[in-house]
Amino acid sequence: MHGLINRAIQNFVRDTYGEATWKRVAADAAIDTPDIEAMMDYDDEVTWALLEAVQAALTRDRGEVLENIGTYLVSHPNVERLRRLLRFGGVDFIDFLHSLDDLPGRARLAVSDLDLPEMELREHGGGRFSLTCRGGEPGWGHVMIGILRALADDYGALVMLEFRDRRRGDEIVDIALVEHDYAEGRDFRLAGSGDTGHG
Amino acid sequence: MAERFNSSLDILCPMHVRLSASGHILHVGPTLAKLRPGRALVGERFLEVFRIERPRVLTSVEELRRAVGSKLHLEFRDPPRSGLKGVAAHAGEELVVNLSFGINILDGVEQFSLTSGDFASTDLTVEMLYLIEAKTAAMEAMRDMSLRMQGAKIAAEEQAYTDTLTGLKNRRAMDHVLDRMIRLGHEFAVMHLDLDYFKTVNDTFGHAAGDHVLQQVARILVDETRDDDTVARVGGDEFVLIFDRLADRGRLESIAQRMISRLEKPIRYQDNICRISASAGTALSSFYDVPDAAQMLDDADAALYMSKRRGRAQHCFFDPGLPDLGDGSTTAAE
Repeated sequence: MHGLINRAIQNFVRDTYGEATWKRVAADAAIDTPDIEAMMDYDDEVTWALLEAVQAALTRDRGEVLENIGTYLVSHPNVERLRRLLRFGGVDFIDFLHSLDDLPGRARLAVSDLDLPEMELREHGGGRFSLTCRGGEPGWGHVMIGILRALADDYGALVMLEFRDRRRGDEIVDIALVEHDYAEGRDFRLAGSGDTGHG
Repeated sequence: MAERFNSSLDILCPMHVRLSASGHILHVGPTLAKLRPGRALVGERFLEVFRIERPRVLTSVEELRRAVGSKLHLEFRDPPRSGLKGVAAHAGEELVVNLSFGINILDGVEQFSLTSGDFASTDLTVEMLYLIEAKTAAMEAMRDMSLRMQGAKIAAEEQAYTDTLTGLKNRRAMDHVLDRMIRLGHEFAVMHLDLDYFKTVNDTFGHAAGDHVLQQVARILVDETRDDDTVARVGGDEFVLIFDRLADRGRLESIAQRMISRLEKPIRYQDNICRISASAGTALSSFYDVPDAAQMLDDADAALYMSKRRGRAQHCFFDPGLPDLGDGSTTAAE
């Protein structure tokens, strides 16, 4: 698994629960060095061991942990940069939803060896959508729920999200847009905040 | 008709300008309008608003007409000037000039607070801005990593060349320094120094006391040498000092004497007083036609041995005049 994904887990634990919790998780997952290198490759086992350790430390199940990681990635000030990159996807939440098919391509443009699962958005009318994550490791659907929930907030839209199921490697998330202009949303300017976000 | 034409062009080319046959502005696209808030632009002469610099300076609408299809470099005549690219096209008697920021896009977007909605849906500007930001982030991550790796490498090298107890150089580092001195062909001196009575300190007061004494010794040796000199701990209580560009016997002798007398001052460790001394022997590179590291170390060692035989706490030079007897008995000058 790409180091960026493991690093996301580390930053989530560290920024949300503190350095001590992260150290415990890292020790529990038998990570050699206390810091994950974002730009290096790791065996897939490392990611699973990390997730197991996080679940144990937080006494949450896998789905909850992954959703929280997704939410963290969009909403925590330390990863402002990622929020910005996602916001380039669309001018409003619906526009953003329609850009999800491009997400793996956008990720590869940024980091050429970062592989995300294929994504396919379907519109069912009446503000209902479904997102299919295809061919990724199990759990991407939960990460996407977290990301979408935080981004809906960011755009000021009110949505209901539900993990439908996993079938033959596909994970499907149901999206119901309750209100498009529910709240003010956060500011997004094209001209970057070049210096925010780290880790 | 003109209305429908305008609104179509606004969607397709939000930074266009429509010009009358006389070169007056009839309409500007919504994004271009954002660049001059509070100013209509409509009705002004295009060439009085913009200065066209390439393919050449254009001063009349006829010249602009002849430049249809060519890439134009232009800027506003009043600040902020914002370098722009453009292309003009015929529209009946009229002209349409479409503009873009070109490579100055980042400044433009920042200066005029443009958003995704300000660019045509087919325009790749927003993707380009995304790419710039994504690549900058990825580059920074890589740079951070290489800085960390470099730091780790330096630390590992330092460690590999450092005696961890005293912070002095170790034998490996000493070998490197000696090789370098020989390669550079400088004059230099190699002094081998061995502590006297150190074993007694260790046996009487324990290893912690011994370690403390070694650290104090290291401090004194560094104190008494210059920055360019090398002080290495090469064995339990053995040290090698390399003096760069120093071959003056008188100065070396006085350095050695000063070191020995400082080392003889009692060293306090907790409630104990530790007493040691030192013996030393020196070989000069000038003794040899072609200095050899191993030979010089052997010879400095022979001189050290002579100091010990003479009753310790002293220093002497290796004497190349005497044959090397191999039993270490009389290689140094008596």
